[in-house]
Amino acid sequence: MNKPIRRVAIACLLLFAALLVNANVVQFADAKNLRDKPDNTRTLYAQYDRQRGDIVTSTGQAVASSTPTTDTLKYLRTYSDALPFAPVTGFYSIVYGATGIESAENSVLAGTDDRLFVRQLTNLITGRTPQGGSVILTIDPALQEAAYKGLAGRKGAVVAVDPSTGAILALVTSPSYDPNVLSSHDQASIQQNWKQLTSDPNNPMLDRALSQTYPPGSTFKLVTAAAALSSGGYTPQSTIPAPNTLPYPNSSKSLQNYAGETCGNGKTTTLIEALTISCNTAFGGLGQTLGEDALRTQAEAFGFNSTFSIPMKSATSIFPSNLDAAQTIQSAIGQFDVRSTPLQMAMIAATIANGGTLMKPYLVKQLVGPDLAVIDTTKPTAIRQAISAEVAAELTTMMESVVDKGTGTTAQIPGVKVAGKTGTAENAPGKPPHAWFVSFAPAASPRIAVAVVVENGGGANDATGAKVAAPIAKAVMAAALKEQP
Amino acid sequence: MTSTTATGLANAAKAMKPRRPRTRRGVELAMLVFAVLIALAAYADVGLARSQEVPPDILTYGLGLGALVLVAHIAVRRFASYADPLLLPCAALLNGVGLVLIHRLDLVAPKSDNSDATLQLAWSAIGVVAFIVVLVIVRDHRRLQRYTYTSMLIGLVLLAIPSILPARFSEVNGARNWIRFAGFSIQPGEFAKILLVIFVAGFLVAKRDALALASHRLLGLDLPRGRDLGPILVAWLVSIGLLVRGRDLGMSMLFFGFFIVMLYIATERLSWVFIGIALFCGGTFVAYHLFAHVRERFEIWLHPFHYAKTSGYQLVQGLYGFSSGGLMGTGLGKGRPDLVPFAKSDFIIATVGEELGLTGLMAILLVYVVIVSRGLRASLSVRDSFGKLLAGGLAVCLAVQAFVVVGGVMRLIPLTGITTPFLSYGGSSLVSNWALIALLLRISDSARRPAPPPAPRPDDAATQVVRL
Repeated sequence: MNKPIRRVAIACLLLFAALLVNANVVQFADAKNLRDKPDNTRTLYAQYDRQRGDIVTSTGQAVASSTPTTDTLKYLRTYSDALPFAPVTGFYSIVYGATGIESAENSVLAGTDDRLFVRQLTNLITGRTPQGGSVILTIDPALQEAAYKGLAGRKGAVVAVDPSTGAILALVTSPSYDPNVLSSHDQASIQQNWKQLTSDPNNPMLDRALSQTYPPGSTFKLVTAAAALSSGGYTPQSTIPAPNTLPYPNSSKSLQNYAGETCGNGKTTTLIEALTISCNTAFGGLGQTLGEDALRTQAEAFGFNSTFSIPMKSATSIFPSNLDAAQTIQSAIGQFDVRSTPLQMAMIAATIANGGTLMKPYLVKQLVGPDLAVIDTTKPTAIRQAISAEVAAELTTMMESVVDKGTGTTAQIPGVKVAGKTGTAENAPGKPPHAWFVSFAPAASPRIAVAVVVENGGGANDATGAKVAAPIAKAVMAAALKEQP
Repeated sequence: MTSTTATGLANAAKAMKPRRPRTRRGVELAMLVFAVLIALAAYADVGLARSQEVPPDILTYGLGLGALVLVAHIAVRRFASYADPLLLPCAALLNGVGLVLIHRLDLVAPKSDNSDATLQLAWSAIGVVAFIVVLVIVRDHRRLQRYTYTSMLIGLVLLAIPSILPARFSEVNGARNWIRFAGFSIQPGEFAKILLVIFVAGFLVAKRDALALASHRLLGLDLPRGRDLGPILVAWLVSIGLLVRGRDLGMSMLFFGFFIVMLYIATERLSWVFIGIALFCGGTFVAYHLFAHVRERFEIWLHPFHYAKTSGYQLVQGLYGFSSGGLMGTGLGKGRPDLVPFAKSDFIIATVGEELGLTGLMAILLVYVVIVSRGLRASLSVRDSFGKLLAGGLAVCLAVQAFVVVGGVMRLIPLTGITTPFLSYGGSSLVSNWALIALLLRISDSARRPAPPPAPRPDDAATQVVRL
């Protein structure tokens, strides 16, 4: 009987060999395929299995944190001060993934970042559950709150920047939403809330500060003025034509001043005076003289036609090309197809405040490991010298004049010199214009630069940048200046 | 006489005597210590991963497991001193690792069933008692041959009870293969398998000559006479009955598998294997077309991801577990084996794959290979036919059971509900497998035990000289 027993032994070996081969297929050859199956919840559970790091403001207040739960997903993501901070933190959802810093800094928050490798290796040996690192924002909660309160539910956005570094001090969009309702562990309620948020006509999940572009209107005159001063042919005191109407070449139409007002003597004015009262015809004519290319070169030096990564990617602000004379005139005053994000306008104010150097805007100050050791600190970096220091100084003087005695008096702060520029941008026939205000303070040694936009002036028919946007900018600047430098 | 001469003579005397095989009990003890240490290291690992500390009860647990295997070891020393030294340590290793895995799953289980490891430890103790009882009672495996038909009767009754009982006493998760009463449940099939191996071995020893007779040749095969087909048809009917009435696909395959293999060993005729395979395929084909639950098993096997959210959920979750384990595994306590339904019982091998990785899974499979090969080794070397068939049948039983469940969970073959020997949670399986190991030890002991020494010759002077 030994011969068949030997054969049976071989057969048994073959059975086990088949199991071993099959194990190699399932766990090795086919493993990636299985891991990537859309209904494989393990990948997701693995992320919820470890404590995700906090998102913390510059003053140390955690605006997003993970708390242990008793359900199958071990940690729940919660947001405090959720509405003002929503455009910054974004959400972290089992159904819809992540946005904002939650998405942009996911590897650090989840603890999978290579810079945490050594620490995770130690965890592997000691058997401790790995933890995520924290992200410390540049956001100052006082400014964030002031800006959110200033918008008061009206559609719009506020961006505040530290001009010397590019650190973003406030990034607010309105109306906002509560990321908590998307980050719960209840799939049905998440889907329900998502449906509600995405079908809301006010589009609360749109980050207007970063992802939405608007016609910048008169605030764009800063770019036109910068182009003129940089050309070498102008000083703030240069006399430029300022007719009551500027006829468009090859057209029966013409450019009017705001509310049919007259600039200077009705024929000419100085450059500084033109900016102070925001004279359309003067800047339209100036743009026509400088030409499309000079305007575009200056706009692009400030960041138009490219994007910022803060680390979330901003929308591209646009200065169009192939313009005819009439389009050039309109573009010079921030109309026609010129589009800008609120972030871009804040960066223009910041560049002027910073002696002409455009700094790279950033939202993340520091990355901190689970053991509170600093992994990475953002070093401010200059993108380029967008204008010379002299031109920056001249523009500053002109912007001070706007707030001192021009269209921007509503932004005055007692005891502080404020530099600013209003904008009232036509967008759609019959709709109130967008109200803009860009500014920085103190004018002599700027600590904060702000851009404010209120869509359609918040609905008021007589809305202007001065009336609607400037007070918000003033409140944010005042909040910043109250703090010790 | 000088001492040099004395040593020389002693060596000569040694060379003349047949070499007495060593008992190898020392090896067994060393391997047992190793097995217990592996289980304890795994236990500590779970504690470190789950609560950052070595479990405070590791000493009690270690002493408990240690005492258990030590008692088993002493019983082997006392009652089967020439037994194979690897069988007991391999069984102890699998049992120990199984306990740790169940404990690990307890930690993430709902309150209602988070003390299964304790229960399994109690079952392990009962298993070891069964192991010792078998060693003590069965002093010579050949005596079991006397109980050939008794074994058959009890075995068939055990198999039949769940099918006869009302479903509420016998059905668990759709399969009617349990006996449940007063909060107590056993799987009679696990015990029936040993009894039926004993029966088949005894039966074949008696009938092998008749069955080995061939009457006609067809396609190069010696086909048996028609009237000798009786036994195989009975076995076939029993396994089909298990499949249909009890919905116990696993037991059905296991039962038919060892029957065919033992028939082949007894008759040395491959024709029986082909007849068996043909019958099995035919039966499966008919069952596939007649019974929805069989068809469903095949469907899930062929298209698991199509049923990922419904009937294939368990299989798919198991596969996800294996894939997330990868080569080295997540580490004990760090995966999510709790996402797989029945992770403690039928699907425990998925926990092995996920947390110990491909490496750990292959190691576990190789431990089964060692047990099966040692069993077949005993079958080869034991001198009596009954012992050969018994050891062969028992070893094949383990091999087929491991293959059916692991292959099913890893989607090599359709999934069938059957326990993973020694690893799975479940008392019946554990106790019966300990008894099975005891029988294999008994047979290997008689295979390796030297024949009683011949009476010393009166003129064996040389040995006398050495004694001086």
